[in-house]
Amino acid sequence: MLKIENLKVRIGDREVLHGIDLQINDGETHVLMGPNGSGKSTLLMTIMGFGNYQVTEGRILYNGKDITSMPIDERAKLGIGMLFQRPPTISGLKLGKLLSAVAGGKTGDIPGYARSMNMEGFLERDINKGFSGGEIKRSEVLQLMVQRPDFVMADEPESGVDLENISLMGNSIARLLQKDMHIVNRQKSGLIITHTGYILNYIEADFGHVMIDGMIRCHGNPREILNVIKEKGYKECLACQQI
Amino acid sequence: MPADMNEFYTLPETEQERLTQTGLDVSMENRCGSFFQMDQKILQTTCSAQGVEVLAIEDALEKYDWMADRYWNAVKRDKDKYTKFVAKQEHPKGVVVIAHKGTRAVFPVQACLYLSAEPVQTVHNIMIAEEGAELHVISGCASASGAKRGSHLGITEFYVGKNARLTSTMIHNWNPHISVYPRSAAIVEENGVFISNYVCMHPVARVQMNPEAILAENATARFSSIVIAHEGSHLDLGSRAVLQGKGSSAELVTRAITKGGTVISRGYIAGVTDETRGHIECRGLILTDGTIHAIPEIDGRVTGTELSHEAAVGKIARDEIEYLMSRGLSEEEATATIIRGFLDVKIEGLPPVLQKQIDAAIDASEAGY
Ligand SMILES: Nc1ncnc2c1ncn2[C@@H]1O[C@H](COP(=O)(O)OP(=O)(O)O)[C@@H](O)[C@H]1O
Ligand SMILES: [Mg+2]
Repeated sequence: MLKIENLKVRIGDREVLHGIDLQINDGETHVLMGPNGSGKSTLLMTIMGFGNYQVTEGRILYNGKDITSMPIDERAKLGIGMLFQRPPTISGLKLGKLLSAVAGGKTGDIPGYARSMNMEGFLERDINKGFSGGEIKRSEVLQLMVQRPDFVMADEPESGVDLENISLMGNSIARLLQKDMHIVNRQKSGLIITHTGYILNYIEADFGHVMIDGMIRCHGNPREILNVIKEKGYKECLACQQI
Repeated sequence: MPADMNEFYTLPETEQERLTQTGLDVSMENRCGSFFQMDQKILQTTCSAQGVEVLAIEDALEKYDWMADRYWNAVKRDKDKYTKFVAKQEHPKGVVVIAHKGTRAVFPVQACLYLSAEPVQTVHNIMIAEEGAELHVISGCASASGAKRGSHLGITEFYVGKNARLTSTMIHNWNPHISVYPRSAAIVEENGVFISNYVCMHPVARVQMNPEAILAENATARFSSIVIAHEGSHLDLGSRAVLQGKGSSAELVTRAITKGGTVISRGYIAGVTDETRGHIECRGLILTDGTIHAIPEIDGRVTGTELSHEAAVGKIARDEIEYLMSRGLSEEEATATIIRGFLDVKIEGLPPVLQKQIDAAIDASEAGY
């Protein structure tokens, strides 16, 4: 589904990603770990196509198509969707109105989705204005439910979410990824950034990657990687130097 | 006075549409009264609500002796050359709306002022909500789309009695050759509420106004302006509130967009008594190089007043546009959606039909961003 080749990305004058290779096949979910500031969000924002993230080398292929310089909305229309870590507040734009716009002609069950995310009370509120950390994340998942992407990216979906809502987040993202379906029928893929690994309790991830200083240093079983990091910290991944 | 709307129907359909956009509801379905003035000719004065009167100003002055005390009282006749010009009209035109003591009108009264051919239209309105009354007025002002030049001079005096509530919603739909000089002022008595809304989304040569509210004890005023300055438009808008009575409060809110024109947004609140509160908020969006000049003034005189202002001018944040694009909206859709949100000012205490009218006036111009 997604193939990234030797991707180098600059923000302003500074190169943040120094040659990333990554392949995610249909139906697979990958998790991305790594210390703060290592470039995880940068990778997701670049895949989505945000303007500040300038690709200087390499390319991004989506279902075989080179999307490296495609506008954001076209990528979204191809089926790429993202749960943001810190989405902007938009004054005057009601969450409900955005959901209708995202749904386009298709009238999905917006009230039903909102209820399932405990967000019915937020449809008439300005998007992200005064939302708590957990509310922002629930609103993001709700938007993705309406958007129905084939490739789901999630940037720290558990951070700021209280214990009560973490299973709601986990289970909802699992549904977005068709985790209730058998692997052979599953078409949706995901790339999820996590620090804590809580999300792994809800989403069976197929592969894990560790990003350090703009490079992916280590691939493997996500739970094993998480355990190593928990016990020995990221320096162990650095020592691993798999690539 | 002739009460004849046939002339409205003789107008070309496009003109009828322009008037409808300013809030004219010919069916009267959601209106309790109506006044229609074309140039200097009064075509309609009608009212169906008990306790509410809609009168041509000459008739009102004749009917009620006390009207003389309300005529050129809130607005002074020698305020400037425009008031002087209106004051010297032998036959004043305009409308007087009176909601008598305790009357609560559910539906608004519409006042429609249409400049079709004459170079100058003068209007003198008096809006009165007597003690305990509730009155909503929607004034739509428009000019013929082909008018090559013209001025509209409109005086409006608002009187809000004790415990009364008066809302005034004014929607303008001029054209690039018209200059507009509204002169209005409100006197708000104890516990009275005055809400004034102004919407101008279409090109106009010049609008200049600075309405004022004088507030007695526990009275409240809220002015909201939602405007777009197109290239060649010069909008010098302000509002003023004098917190004269203990416990009074005022809020002045502006959303201004420039597409190459000029908006000067003045706000002035004076806190001269204890337990008063005032806030000025101006947000400007520059879509095309132009001018948005916010001049908020807060003038506190006593320890017991709390006044504040916030103003911000800038362009649409790129990250907001990109956020919406990541949800599948095109750049144009994303931009329009954000602008629509920017202009969305929900006005507390406004009846739903009027909020809808404001929303519709903004939506109608959406294509024009
Ligand atoms: N908009 C930006 N402008 C400048 N530097 C940025 C910007 N966004 C991220 N960076 C820098 O890029 C590096 C990677 O950041 P990020 O991708 O957010 O890391 P992570 O998500 O792994 O914590 C950091 O050093 C960060 O400071
Ligand atoms: Mg991050």
